[in-house]
Amino acid sequence: MAEETLNAEGLNCPLPIIKAKKALKGMAAGDVLNIRATDPGSVADFAAFCSQTGNELLSSGTDNGVFTFAIRRS
Amino acid sequence: MLDNANLENAKSMSIIVTKGSLDWAYPPFILATTAAAMDVDVTLFFTFYGLPLLKKDMNPKFTPLGNAAMEMPMMGGHVAMPNMVSMLPGVGSMAGKMMKNLMARKGVASLEDLRDAAVELEVRLIACQMTMDLFEYSLDDMIDGIELGGAATYMESALKSDINLFI
Repeated sequence: MAEETLNAEGLNCPLPIIKAKKALKGMAAGDVLNIRATDPGSVADFAAFCSQTGNELLSSGTDNGVFTFAIRRS
Repeated sequence: MLDNANLENAKSMSIIVTKGSLDWAYPPFILATTAAAMDVDVTLFFTFYGLPLLKKDMNPKFTPLGNAAMEMPMMGGHVAMPNMVSMLPGVGSMAGKMMKNLMARKGVASLEDLRDAAVELEVRLIACQMTMDLFEYSLDDMIDGIELGGAATYMESALKSDINLFI
């Protein structure tokens, strides 16, 4: 299982979601995408994105003021 | 169109896009790209003043005129613009530049980027044929990958959609 990283820091809605979708598209089922974002709205948005698309939100947290997410591709 | 016809949770959305100014163009493109990213089958129908958003050179204009609720952040506060000022020559284009600068500074996508994302996410883009005729636009003026259609084309899509919006 491969892991990839997406830096969405400084990007505002809806760019973190669009870029995450683009990254996930190029990955295989089971691969994990690690995302870093500064948009506070991304916390609720990545939860909604995962619940709708069936990709698994493994973690949602913060690291020195940056929001971090790990998503496993379905 | 997204090929998700076989997915049990396939959802669809249509939006009639009737306004093409810088500020009004954002909601349809933001919702369309986000929905498509969430595996929703999206159709945008561009009619009247929304149609220029499909032009190769989209260059959306902006005006604070008649927009009483518009406030721009300035020096820690917010500044509105009276209509008497907004109607002066050059004020609209200056306000448009300020709005674009503000958006870039805040990491908000440009409309061009959102439109590119919509195309990449296979959002169905329909140009209203009647508006094309009315305002004398040619298909050559428009970006590739769009369809031409009328009200019946929109209705066929809308009747199957879970969400239909008019913006």
